[in-house]
Amino acid sequence: MSKKTLSGVNGVATNISGWLYLLPALLFLIAFMVYPLIDVFIYSFEEGYNSASQTSFGTGGYNYAYILRDPYFLKTVKNTFILVIITVPISTGLALLISLGLNSIRALKRLFQTIFFLPYVTNTLAVGLVFMILFRKTPYTDGLVNMIIGKFGISPVDFIDGPYWAKMLVLSVYVIWIVMPFKILILTSALASVPDVYYQSARIDGTSSWRVFWRITLPMISPMIVYLIITGFIGAFKAYSDAVAIFGVDLNAAGMNTIVGYVYDMLYGDGGGYPSYASAAAIVLFAIVLTITVINLIVSRKATDIT
Amino acid sequence: MNVRMENITKVFPGRDRKSAGVTAVDNFSLELPDGKLVCLLGPSGCGKSTLLYMICGLETPTEGRIYFGDQDVTDIPSEKRGVGLVFQNYALYPHLTVKQIIKFPLENLKGDEKLSKEEMDKMALEAAKLVQIDGLMDRKPGQMSGGQQQRVAIARAIVKRPKVLLMDEPLSNLDARLRLHTREEIRRIQKETGITTIFVTHDQEEAMSISDLIVVMKDGVLHQMGKPQDVYDDPVNLFVAQFLGTPEINVFEGKVKDEGLYIGEDRVLEVRGVEDKDVFIGIRPEGFIVDDEGKLNCELKGINIMGRDITVLSSNGASKNVIRSIVSAETAIDSGSNKVRFNLKPHKTYIFDKDTEERIRFA
Repeated sequence: MSKKTLSGVNGVATNISGWLYLLPALLFLIAFMVYPLIDVFIYSFEEGYNSASQTSFGTGGYNYAYILRDPYFLKTVKNTFILVIITVPISTGLALLISLGLNSIRALKRLFQTIFFLPYVTNTLAVGLVFMILFRKTPYTDGLVNMIIGKFGISPVDFIDGPYWAKMLVLSVYVIWIVMPFKILILTSALASVPDVYYQSARIDGTSSWRVFWRITLPMISPMIVYLIITGFIGAFKAYSDAVAIFGVDLNAAGMNTIVGYVYDMLYGDGGGYPSYASAAAIVLFAIVLTITVINLIVSRKATDIT
Repeated sequence: MNVRMENITKVFPGRDRKSAGVTAVDNFSLELPDGKLVCLLGPSGCGKSTLLYMICGLETPTEGRIYFGDQDVTDIPSEKRGVGLVFQNYALYPHLTVKQIIKFPLENLKGDEKLSKEEMDKMALEAAKLVQIDGLMDRKPGQMSGGQQQRVAIARAIVKRPKVLLMDEPLSNLDARLRLHTREEIRRIQKETGITTIFVTHDQEEAMSISDLIVVMKDGVLHQMGKPQDVYDDPVNLFVAQFLGTPEINVFEGKVKDEGLYIGEDRVLEVRGVEDKDVFIGIRPEGFIVDDEGKLNCELKGINIMGRDITVLSSNGASKNVIRSIVSAETAIDSGSNKVRFNLKPHKTYIFDKDTEERIRFA
């Protein structure tokens, strides 16, 4: 009652100042996010849109029909999906293992936390350079990884210009390595925030450490894991710079292009100047990400039901 | 199961090499009888929770041994000691239902002890019935009140039929009304199960009201152990006398001269067999008799009539605090006067050495 009267008296004034606070961010979001998004949506249905003359031949689903038949686009969709399916579970799982390890050691904990976080603050292209040294086969050297697997009697593989699976392997390792620090950071803090009494209580009850993990630790940090999986999916679907860092800008030649790479190529690449196709591809990506995220949310809501 | 502690010392190491450690429990020896409700009582930081955690095995003593019956359990991990612990904030797993929480300890049993699903359900239901939450088995902790959560925590602690049940400040998170009710519940549950129960509190009223035995601690040292009424009636030192009882005991500075007890110039009591010295005098609020010819002169500050009795507030130069005395409601007191005189009940008056604060007994 009293609350209602209060907001009634101050209602208008509060609203105005509230909107004023929101205004700067809101303006930017509308100008640089909402408006372009709508624009992209419109372009994707305009055949042969020309950004210079702002004209098009007509409206319809032609752009979608084109890209869905374009073998380059289909290749990028395949690449992107493979990358997502490999990297999201592995990076999240590995990050969880490492966080559990970090959480259980005492000595040098800070040092290891810092070391594991380093890739996060390292430039993507610099990391790519390191990966080249590790994996690239040149006339002078087979690369570090080839030298190591050579010790086990495996013949050298060209990971950068070689067979598809070798390239996908390198790209996956790279992506996993790049995204893990952030996940480790989130998970270590999630683990640290589980109150000690739960573990003490479990100890008195004689709970095995395996059961403690599955019945206590995992459910307690599950909201964070869900968050990481969702953002992981989104991030991996938008992968592009990772592929560039390893295979260079001509990703179609390497056969390692991603959906975002296709969008870029359609806009600015050698065969570029097709904003309509780019828009359609971007909208397809958006639809994929949206669908996956919604599925994720529905599944996770059932899995992490802490009321 | 009786619980015996021999010369228990617990030192927590300092944060770094330079700072000294903290001695939480100091050379503590105690034997707690089987099947009783025992209360560890003391102000915060007195080491009572540490002691409790050592009994349950979450902390290891720096020195000394702990025995359950004849068995030395000092080096036995807590899950093999057969103890149940109710945590101060209950520590209920938020993602599990009441039923799952109570069954949790049972599901951990391995080998010969392994139970069938039906047995587990039966035992969980029994425990839930004992604490009267059998109607809430499918709720989660977040959907329950503090009192209900408390009961779940107790049910989980007793479901395995522990030899010793430990409770860390079990009532501190409940509101006053619920606290009163819950402490009677704890008493009832303890009586019904007959499990040796040790509980920790800083609230002397709580301790007095439900325990068979109280153990008064301060700074990691045992001060006195006994039945609540005995400890209240016969404190061994000033700390125990002050810690037990509401309102608090009234403390005066005074002296013994020629076998007489003096507060200021008033010779208030005959104390045979005590040599002349400066002393603290503790007088329980109920130890005063209002008497126009009384020996203790005080200035009357106010009168609170509480129905069945009257609290007389007065002051005296020998006491730093306001003197609270509780007298029968029939007592005639002239509230217009600014003087009040008391005689003292000898068995409600205690004398303590001024230096050691130890009790001095008189005949």
